[in-house]
Amino acid sequence: MTKDDIKQVVLDIIADIAPDEDLTAVKPEVRLRDQLSLDSMDFLDIVMELRKKHGIEVPEADYVQLASLDSCAEYLHPKFEAKGK
Amino acid sequence: MSSKPRIVITGLGLTAPNGNSLGEFRANLLAGKARIAVIDVRHMGRHPAGVCDFDATKWQKRKEIRNGTRVGSISIFCAREALGDSGLDWDKVDKSRVGVYLGITEHGNVETENEIHNISQFGNDTKYWTHHHNPRTVANNPAGEVTMNMGITGPHYTIGAACAAGNAGLIQAAQMLQLGEVDIAFAGGVSESIHTFGIFAGFKNQGALGAHEDPTKASRPFDKNRNGIVISEGGAIYVLERLDDALARGARIIAEIAGWCINSDATDAVLPNPERQTECVRMALQRAGMKPQDIHIVSTHATATALGDIQECTALRTVFTDCPETRINNTKSFIGHCMGAAGALELAGNLPSFHDHWVHPTINIDELDPECALPGLVINQPVKVDRVDAILNNSFGMLGINSALIVKKYGVA
Repeated sequence: MTKDDIKQVVLDIIADIAPDEDLTAVKPEVRLRDQLSLDSMDFLDIVMELRKKHGIEVPEADYVQLASLDSCAEYLHPKFEAKGK
Repeated sequence: MSSKPRIVITGLGLTAPNGNSLGEFRANLLAGKARIAVIDVRHMGRHPAGVCDFDATKWQKRKEIRNGTRVGSISIFCAREALGDSGLDWDKVDKSRVGVYLGITEHGNVETENEIHNISQFGNDTKYWTHHHNPRTVANNPAGEVTMNMGITGPHYTIGAACAAGNAGLIQAAQMLQLGEVDIAFAGGVSESIHTFGIFAGFKNQGALGAHEDPTKASRPFDKNRNGIVISEGGAIYVLERLDDALARGARIIAEIAGWCINSDATDAVLPNPERQTECVRMALQRAGMKPQDIHIVSTHATATALGDIQECTALRTVFTDCPETRINNTKSFIGHCMGAAGALELAGNLPSFHDHWVHPTINIDELDPECALPGLVINQPVKVDRVDAILNNSFGMLGINSALIVKKYGVA
């Protein structure tokens, strides 16, 4: 799975948990919270969906790594690779 | 109650299985149109149930709907519709002086069952249990969702009163208005109970779950062959104000709260006690300063259980002797048992009678149970009457909670 694929995985999760948001112009380098209406419960939803759909665990200490699409891709890429994805 | 402020209804919003506005609901009641669906109940197969089809996105963002509860959406829809009906200038209302008081039969069963099912797909590992569970299941959830959606900063809570809850919400609101705790109240009852298999299974194993090959005939109070309750969802929320405030803003007054009583059987968890029901109705009449003859419509609670219907009829037969102008009806025969919303919805369905003078019937009676034969029972067809000045709304629930609420046409002495 490429880093771009991982960004799409995260966007798909956000589309599900924040269905009112327009995701067509999300900037990968900008913090998600700065461009979308997401709160802490939404980030917990992202963590939960990564767990449920992809078997990926994000420890609480690493939540900050989910700040932007770029940081998500950087952080999650080795985890997806470890899963053989 | 004469020394206390008079309380009036100035707005109403509802969703029932057969209507998402009072106009639609009322038209179906007068036309004899029941609407009961057949749904898949988790673990239990297909059963009749009253399902509401209001558009939740009218007043909520999709994320609010996703994160909240079904009963939260029902509550928000009803409260927003009630606000529109009230004619209040919302931007000018002091939101800290608004209260939300919603009756519920139960809350949290739906969300808990959903999560138990969810983690069952993951080996019952609780790390898959949603973090939304607690805000969804706290007992104030539906009322709290209303405050968040509408920016209300006054008090909010639910009133847990089994199936007497719809009346209990209205009574609580009237009391808080009389105490001066709030200036405007959104009050009534709500239910999402069709989404919990536990309620269905509980009634079924109690021998009290209604069934019929035609789902619209499954709920048939007072019929000799009735066989139990049809569970439904729904909501009815009213705007209540003190009369003086309503008059000062030129509000349209729908009805006046005349009297009420809530009491307890203190006898059995499920079997109603007609003596206590009789006392409840009589106390409500006394507090309203009325005689039984002053009541023109009795909206019964009867749920189509074998014994419960007879018990209520026994109580009504005791109170309403020599009352030739008193008509008796039942709304559950159209919409099933809307649980926490039942009392509030059943009252709503009767309110237009003050002006149109029609009394909707109880339907689905093919053979009247002789033990439920009451003078004045309106059977299968609506009746036109000369006047409707006062309605008694009965709503009873498990653990022996009884409620009787009397509303009267505004302007009648």
